[in-house]
This record gives sequence, C-alpha cells and structure tokens, in this order.
Amino acid sequence: MLHTFVALVEDKPGVLTRVASLFRRLNVNITSLTVGNTERESISRMTIVADAAEDRAHRIMASLYKLENVLEVDDVGRQSAVVRELALLKVVCTPQTRADLFQLAEVFHARIVDLAPESLMLEITGSASKIEGLVQILVQSNHKILEMARTGRMAMRRGHHTSRVVEALSDATPRTESALAGKPKLVALDLIAQEDHA
Amino acid sequence: MSNSAKNGSDNMNSSDPAMTSQPTRLTGAETLWATLVGEGVRDVFGYPGGAILPAYDALRKFPIRHILVRHEQGAAHMADGYARASGRVGVAIATSGPGATNLVTGIANAMLDSIPIVCVTGQVSSKVLGTDAFQEVDITGITLPVTKHNYLVSRTEDIAPALREAFRVAQSGRPGPVLVDITKDAQQNSAIFDFEAAAPAPYRPHPMLRADSTSIREALELLRAAKRPVILAGHGILHSRALEQVRTLAERAQIPVACTLLGLTAFPASHPLNLGMMGMHGESWVNTAIQQADVLIACGMRFDDRVTGALTTYAPNAKKIHIEIDPAEINKNVRVDVALIGDLKEVLETLLPLLPERNSSPWLNAISAMKGDASVRDIQHLPDNGHLYSAHVMHDLWRETNGDAIVVTDVGQHQMWEAQYYKHDRPRSLITSGGLGTMGFALPAAIGAKVACPDKEVWVVAGDGGFQMTSAELSTIAQENLNINIAIINNGYLGMVRQWQEFFYDKNYQSTPLLSPDFVKLAAAHGIRGAHVRKRGEVVSTVQEARSHEGAFLIDFHVEQEDSVYPMIPSGAALHEMIRRPSENPLVETASEA
Ligand SMILES: Cc1ncc(C[n+]2csc(CCOP(=O)(O)OP(=O)(O)O)c2C)c(N)n1
Ligand SMILES: [Mg+2]
Repeated sequence: MLHTFVALVEDKPGVLTRVASLFRRLNVNITSLTVGNTERESISRMTIVADAAEDRAHRIMASLYKLENVLEVDDVGRQSAVVRELALLKVVCTPQTRADLFQLAEVFHARIVDLAPESLMLEITGSASKIEGLVQILVQSNHKILEMARTGRMAMRRGHHTSRVVEALSDATPRTESALAGKPKLVALDLIAQEDHA
Repeated sequence: MSNSAKNGSDNMNSSDPAMTSQPTRLTGAETLWATLVGEGVRDVFGYPGGAILPAYDALRKFPIRHILVRHEQGAAHMADGYARASGRVGVAIATSGPGATNLVTGIANAMLDSIPIVCVTGQVSSKVLGTDAFQEVDITGITLPVTKHNYLVSRTEDIAPALREAFRVAQSGRPGPVLVDITKDAQQNSAIFDFEAAAPAPYRPHPMLRADSTSIREALELLRAAKRPVILAGHGILHSRALEQVRTLAERAQIPVACTLLGLTAFPASHPLNLGMMGMHGESWVNTAIQQADVLIACGMRFDDRVTGALTTYAPNAKKIHIEIDPAEINKNVRVDVALIGDLKEVLETLLPLLPERNSSPWLNAISAMKGDASVRDIQHLPDNGHLYSAHVMHDLWRETNGDAIVVTDVGQHQMWEAQYYKHDRPRSLITSGGLGTMGFALPAAIGAKVACPDKEVWVVAGDGGFQMTSAELSTIAQENLNINIAIINNGYLGMVRQWQEFFYDKNYQSTPLLSPDFVKLAAAHGIRGAHVRKRGEVVSTVQEARSHEGAFLIDFHVEQEDSVYPMIPSGAALHEMIRRPSENPLVETASEA
C-alpha cells in the first residue's frame, strides 16, 4: 500500500541523501518525494510517498527518527489531510483540437499556462487521481502528450494541528516580519497576480 | 559527558595559549585536539597522512596519548574495544582516501554492536573537493549507512560544534559510531575557539519514546500472571547501566535470565538465576526454556536472527514484553505484546517499585531438571585422553584468571567456546564482535581495552584465521609496551566455516584448511614472548607463565582440528531443533549423561 509521510528536516546539505538512502536500506520504493521550505528558516518539509506493506509504517517512521537531521515525522496517510500534487502537461494542439482541449481544461479545473502554434501547456493541481484522470482522457481522446512533469504529493493535516516538536525548538525561528526584512514586501494579491502572469 | 569538559581542562597546561578555556583564536588543527581534550579524551588511535598532517603537527601541544596503529581498521577496532571496556567514547584518527576507507570495517562493526566511537578523518582542501584530488574519497558518502551520523567540515569555525555534537550523538540513545571528516584547509585556518559555545543544542523530544503507565501496568499484569517467565538480557543493559535494575527484577520476581552473546556480562554467570547464553550455540535448556516460556521480558536486546531461530516457531506461547530504547526495534523481528520504549534503567526504575515479589520454583525446578539431562559444563574432571580441546583451554583460562580478566575474542568457533566455557561475572569483561562478526577484531580491540583499562588483565582469544587478519598490530603492542596475553586457538582451519561444511555441505572442506606461520616465532620477531601448547597438561602452567610474565605473551594452542561447537541450531531451524554433540565424541558430556 502507499504510505504518505511528512518529515520536517533540518535544511542542511546531504539530508535528502540520508532520507533516500534510508529507504533504499529498508528496501522500500519511494513513489514520490517533494521537498521545500517551511514557515521556519532552517527547516525543510518532505512529503514522502512510499510503497510498503501496511505494517511497515511504524518501522519507517522510527527509522526516519534515527536520522539526526529529522525533526518530526507524521504518518499523514492515517489522518484527515489535504493532499495535492501539481502537474504540467505539454500537449499537441492544432486549431482543430484546441476547442476540445480548452473544454477538458475547464472540466478538470486545469489552466492553460502556455500556448504555442502547435502545442499548449496545462497546469493542473489536485489529487493524484484527478491528474491521472486528465491524463487518461487526453490519451483516450488521441491528444498527444509531449511532456509531463509532476511534483509528487504534498500533504498537510486538516485542522489546527501543528508540529509540537518544531514548536519546542528554540533555534528554529519562525519566518517573522524581521526574517523577511530586506526582501521586497508583497501583499498576497500581488503574489497571485505575479504567478498568473509568470 | 558534561563533566568531562571540566576534567579535561584540569589536565590542561595553562601556560600554553592553545589550552586555555577562554575563547581563543586557534587553528582548526588545534581546535580539533582542544575539543577532544574538552570532551575528556585522553587516548586516540590513529595513523597519519597528508590530509590530516596539520592535526598531527599540533598534537604535541595537547595532553593526549596517540597510539600508532598498523592499519586503520585496527584504529577503529581499538577505539571500539576502548569504548566497550570503559564505557567511554573511543576515538580513531585517519587520513583521507585509503586511510578513511580502511576504517570502514571497524565503523560498521561499531554500528552493528551500537558502540560509541568518534572517527576523525582528514579530507582534501575544500577548494578541490569533488575534483578527484589525490587521496580524495567521499567518506561521508561511503560511511553514511554504517554511521549513526557523520559530518563533512570545511570551515574552521564548524570543527568544535561538529565534534561536540559527534560526541553527543555517539553516546545518546542507542549509541553508535560517528565520523567527522575535516578538510585540510579547515585544519590550517584559524578561528575563535569557544568550547562552551560549541555545545550542541538540547536534544529534541522524541515522540516515539513511550513507556506510559498503561503499558507499565500491562507489563506488570503479564509478570504477575506468569508461570514460566524468562528475562532475555541484552547488550542494552550495559549501555543503559541497568545491571542492578535487571538483577532486582530477576531476584524479586524469581525470573531466570538468558543472555545474548553481547549481554553475557550484563548478568553474573555465577548467579543462580542465570541460565547462560541463548541462541544458535546456546545450551539446550536455555533455548528450551525460552521456547516453553509464557512471558518473555526482553531487556535491551533486538531479537537478532542468531538468537531467535525460525521466527514462525519462536516462543510460540509467550507474551512478549520488550524494553528497548530504539523504537525501530519494536516489532521488527518478533511481534511483542507490550512495548516499553525508553531507557532501560529508567523504565525498570518505574516498574520495579510496583513489582511484587513472586515465586517461580516449579518453573525453576523444571529448568534444573532440563539442565541435568543436557549438561556438563564442569569438564574439569574429564580424563585427559591426550587430546587438547578448545573447551579445555577456555575452562582452564577461566579458572586460572579467576574469571577476572577482560577477554577479547575474535570470530569463529573459539568465540563460541569462550562464550560457553569462560564464566563472566564482571560487566564488560567479554569484548566480542556480535552483529558484524568481524574476523580480525580481537587483537586491535584488546589493545583498545588495555589502553582504556591498564590495570586489568587482558586476554585475546583468537582463531588461527582471524588472528592473521590483523596480526600486524603485534607491532603496536610492542611499540606501546602493552601487557596483553594472547591465546591463539589453532585448529588449522577456518573452523566455523569448516563446521558448516561438515554439517551442511557434505564435508567438502573447500578453502578452509589454513597454513599458518609459527605464531610463537612471529611473536618473537616482535620481541614478544610465547609458547606452544599441545597437551592438556600444559595449559595451566603455560597460562600461569603468561600471567606472571611482565609484558605481552602469546600462546599457540594446537587444539583438536575437527572439533565442532555444540549444540547448534542450523540457521532457519526452530530454536529447540538443535544439533547435539554426537555421543561418541569424548569431550564435553558429563559423567551423569554417560
Ligand atoms: C572478515 C571476515 N571474513 C569472513 C568471515 C566468515 N567466517 C566466520 S568464522 C570464520 C572462520 C574463522 O576461522 P578462525 O579464525 O581460524 O577461527 P575458528 O573458527 O577456527 O575458531 C570465517 C571465515 C568473517 N566472519 N569475517
Ligand atoms: Mg581456526
């Protein structure tokens, strides 16, 4: 079965290798692994989706904790959580197929982020099954997918739950106003606008 | 650990600016040694080379004894033996490239047996990292899966914090080896050294450590109802320093104790509740008791395949209580009913006041009855039939040393015979490679043990095969003038492999007969005294000669060549399905069985 773990790790060189090496040692295949910044400087967040027997979750978590750079591990597969993935799809697009593609994009809440004479690019966010659904329809409707890039899953528990371990860490300063000092100040709307025009 | 910083500074030569406890500008090389001194290190085992030369150059300013090894594998094993004998962190030093790779076997050995060592390696300069520079290897990459943690340090100011954290990591929780790789330029440059400021941040809370009152109550319930309980005593008892607590548990509840190989010195052999060693070469009553038990209390052990036999048939009727600090060991091999995850000593201290006294005499009597049929073990009175058996040697060595020596064994048949016939009553008095089973371990590990405990009598017990893997360290013994006694159990074979070939490969002794040099002459070449022993009658007098001789002494015991270790559970068989000693074999069976 697929397990989804969220690991908060120190943002240091080599940490990804340690995590990946651990899964190799345990002979567990990583289905996807997403790493990025968190609300705290010096802490990165990994969402790891791994294919392993049901009863191995405990061992995987405990082994992750044995890595010095791992601060906290959460088995979000067992919790009520929001799980999202982002995919970019470059699809062959002719004047004849354009309408159909636009329609599919709308149905799947995908966005068209690039339009070239012979292709377009779709951006879709959602659960893995939603993305796979779009891919399937594209293939079945004889649309040629030229390229696909997927981020792998990101997950976050629903509700007020936050990491107790990270809260207890004094050296992990939250990204406060002062931490952002010197960086251009942007309001949320600006960010969205920027992204849309990127 | 926290107090060792203070001890270290007491040794400091205060007239030397490099030794002050005030923040001072030091080179990275000086920082390395000053930090080790601060951590309480007095002895290190190492071998110099280009990338670690700045460190060696600075060594003379510091109150640290450096033991020059003959191969870096030896340095790691010495640090390991040092840690096992003393409970303090052992330190090994090597240069980059081949020096570092030579450490790897010793690091893996420490990893599998959870031994706290810190290995410091030199690395090429940070400017050329990643260019395949001369003697550059990615040692942090190579050792990633065999260290608890490792560091690549390329800035002088990071040396002290990395080293201090390395010492903390090596000793905390389940101990293990840590490697710190320091580039040459980081050793050469200078920075402000501030020992106190370099202390690691407090450890983060570990959410999986859990020995809550519900689990404690469940464990107590199981113990209270138990009719046939057995304690499984492991290496964790030594790590956690929980010997008293385990003993109280056994005595108050009258629970017999079976030991793992590495747990043999965690419970006194002469204690009436001690059954002996469990597992592949455990005595029949020990394994039978485990198989018949209704409750097993595992204390700091990990249900290794060498002690469980086939998992499907392991202790089928027993409820299992597992007290263990490493959550990853829970339910790994054997599914347990109650897991108390935490430091063994702390868990037992919570549990013991709630544990009522109980009586298990029917169970203890039943075990005694089993012993009666299988046993032996006092082979002292067997007639001398002209053969010299390894068991005799171990027995006589035990008697002659009053069981007081630190015995450091290699890997093979002699290791099992030692475990069976040398009765250890003192903690940390048996040092042996369990998890990795590393031939060549004994001689260097014994050097480490002797350096850590110079007042203790130290014996190496090695096979003719394994001894030759690291026999170059005889030179180290000679150069350091160490009083170590060496018993080579010379059977002319890679004996343990030969035994497997005898049992499982139709006696096809492929590549196991072994030609060896005259070990006594080899010792003599190093200025070390020695003697050959071929008859039982010569064992005691030669052991006495070795003990009374000032300085190292090597005895080459020419033992029966095709003797085997009994009983034996073939790997994959159930714990009670053992191969017993054939009755025509004259050795160990008792008069009562004859
Ligand atoms: C480094 C290493 N290589 C190979 C082995 C496999 N092995 C285990 S026991 C053994 C034989 C040991 O022979 P010897 O040292 O003569 O001891 P004996 O069994 O004869 O007492 C071998 C080859 C090992 N444990 N370690
Ligand atoms: Mg041999």
